[in-house]
Amino acid sequence: ISHGHGGSHSSSGGSTLLGYIGIDTIIEQMRKKTMKTGFDFNIMVVGPSGLGKSTLVNTLFKSQVSRKSAGWARDEKIPKTVEIKSVSHVIEEGGVKMKLTIVDTPGFGDQINNDNCWEPISKYINEQFEKFLKEEVNITRKKRIPDTRVHCCLYFIPPTGHCLRQLDVEFMRRLSHSVNIIPVIAKSDTMTIEERQEFKQRVRKELENNGIEFYPQKEFDDDMEDKSDNDKIRETMPFAVVGSDKEHQVNGKRVLGRKTAWGIIEVENPNHCEFAQLRDFLIRSHLQDLKEVTHNIHYETYRAKRLNDNGGLHPISSNDTQESNL
Amino acid sequence: GSVPEAIPNLAKRTRPLSLAGHVGFDSLPDQLVNKSISQGFCFNILCIGETGIGKSTLMDTLFNTNFENFESSHFEPQVKLRAQTYDLQESNVRLRLTVVNTVGFGDQMNKQESYQPVVDYIDKQFESYLQEELKIKRSLHNYHDSRVHACLYFISPSGHSLKSLDLVTMKKLDSKVNIIPVIAKADTISKSELHKFKIKIMSELVSNGVQIYQFPLDDETVAKVNTTMNGHLPFAVVGSTEEVCVGNKMVKARQYPWGVVQVENEHHCDFVKLREMLICVNMEDLREQTHTRHYELYRRCKLEEMGFKDTDPECKPVSLQQTYEAKRQEFLAELQKREDEMRQIFVQRVKEKEAELKEAERELQGRFEQLKRVHAEQKSTLEDKKRLLDEDQSSFNKRRAAAQLLQAQSLTVNGKKDKDRKK
Repeated sequence: ISHGHGGSHSSSGGSTLLGYIGIDTIIEQMRKKTMKTGFDFNIMVVGPSGLGKSTLVNTLFKSQVSRKSAGWARDEKIPKTVEIKSVSHVIEEGGVKMKLTIVDTPGFGDQINNDNCWEPISKYINEQFEKFLKEEVNITRKKRIPDTRVHCCLYFIPPTGHCLRQLDVEFMRRLSHSVNIIPVIAKSDTMTIEERQEFKQRVRKELENNGIEFYPQKEFDDDMEDKSDNDKIRETMPFAVVGSDKEHQVNGKRVLGRKTAWGIIEVENPNHCEFAQLRDFLIRSHLQDLKEVTHNIHYETYRAKRLNDNGGLHPISSNDTQESNL
Repeated sequence: GSVPEAIPNLAKRTRPLSLAGHVGFDSLPDQLVNKSISQGFCFNILCIGETGIGKSTLMDTLFNTNFENFESSHFEPQVKLRAQTYDLQESNVRLRLTVVNTVGFGDQMNKQESYQPVVDYIDKQFESYLQEELKIKRSLHNYHDSRVHACLYFISPSGHSLKSLDLVTMKKLDSKVNIIPVIAKADTISKSELHKFKIKIMSELVSNGVQIYQFPLDDETVAKVNTTMNGHLPFAVVGSTEEVCVGNKMVKARQYPWGVVQVENEHHCDFVKLREMLICVNMEDLREQTHTRHYELYRRCKLEEMGFKDTDPECKPVSLQQTYEAKRQEFLAELQKREDEMRQIFVQRVKEKEAELKEAERELQGRFEQLKRVHAEQKSTLEDKKRLLDEDQSSFNKRRAAAQLLQAQSLTVNGKKDKDRKK
């Protein structure tokens, strides 16, 4: 990549520089800038009521981030249709500020007839893409476009122990191309370790048979190292989790767990459940990647379809944000 | 806790929460930085200055390496730009550095248009990026960013003031690129003269409304050093890749009979300050300013030029999509019209050619007929002649036959007469 007379001059590995310049300080410069701007992260939770979605999210972020606070009335009415409810918080850790938005989907899978219950969810996801696109194509643009796009969708599979339900397959099949889906097996303390392994295997098989690619998708592995890391994760998914925001005393330490008559299930104990793995995967190693895949792939796919005449999309007037069948 | 001011527009629907334990998202900056490391960084510097002022030497000195350099002649008819790209690596950071030098700047008799090739080059890089951004199927995260992040403007060490060429050029560029003016070959100016020179330059820049790059002051950790540095502008630099022994060390320097000018000695020149500011402290900010300020301005102007707006005359928001669609239809209609025109012209030409060919054919036919006629005439003439000849011949034959007969008869008569006499 050179213009004009000069040829491109590649350094042969190592450093051909005769002394320290300070190029590597750019890492620190970049880190400081990103810490100043802060991060957005939007996570959607999908699953029928009673599977512990809110509890899990609260456990993940060690804070009452879901819209249901600790004193949630358990007899809150189940809505007649799927609703989309989002709530945002700003959390800070180690100087890093994050605006975390949890998008809840009450009513999903709760009706007698669940036909097309994914539509409001699909619509919401596309609406966020549309919002971003609108900002991006403005002539005068904001310095930082607010990002409300769904970066990750935690799909809660009921721990039936048998196989996926038709609803699960339908939902994941339709949405895996517009959002990163991370399936989790909720309330997995109802299964023994063996039952859990078998169930997971069956779920993986069914997902494969239906051509459903959950996150991390194989096709987006950057390089061999990435691939091998992600392969290990894909082999363990879906994560079998247990959530709890109550602390108990175990061996002199206070741990998060569920107390039962036959013992205490420690949430963060990798021998008991895979919560810690989910947390590390979701937050400590792949959070940025989730955002990047959303931005570079899902958003670009949406944008390309939208801008293409033959996309079969309804033309959008400037005030209308309605978006249907995509 | 209080709502953090660093993230704006959050106050309304969000509330800050405190965490009951270590979640782990404090690794986010690392996650982001790691991705950038694996992709590598891009940095593009443009050096503007007269031939021989020391642009290449300074670049070599800054990056501690020997870039391929061509000595330029002073007889270039026009200003050109030469860009060269290098891959550098320091620890685990890979940098794709592009150095663009002007060639022949300030050499011409008439320098009125000297700034234009520079402006064109900068705009071309913006245009490239804009084109990619507007594509339907695009790959921005893979795009090799060639936009100019920093522009080093080399001022001649006259010791007096800026040249008008300098002012004109910088004024044309200040809204397009981060300008960092440097005084070149600063070892030719004495310290006191240098101080006066710097003040004169800065006041001239201010009075002419030239916006040079200000080192950013919003980050507390670097605000102090940046403020100090802002006060030292423009940096008076000396470049050298040759090493001279001073004390017991080998240092980059220029050796004169009267002494040694050490490049990295802050008492001798501002080279170290330049390197510090350009690379170690503000490289990322230079890139960010280029993208969020200069590029956005270019984009906005370009799109407005093409007729796109955010609001229509009644101040109702207009979507880019609609305008784009309208323009697209317009363009397609135009294309169709031209296609039709061309088709018509083509049909016309075909007709004309056909007529020509028909005419030629007719002519040819005519000549053929004529030739045939001539031929037939000649043939009949010849036939007449032949007939005459035949008639002649036959009448001659008759006469000959008659003559022969006569001769034969007379012979017989004479023979009889003889016979009679003998008896």
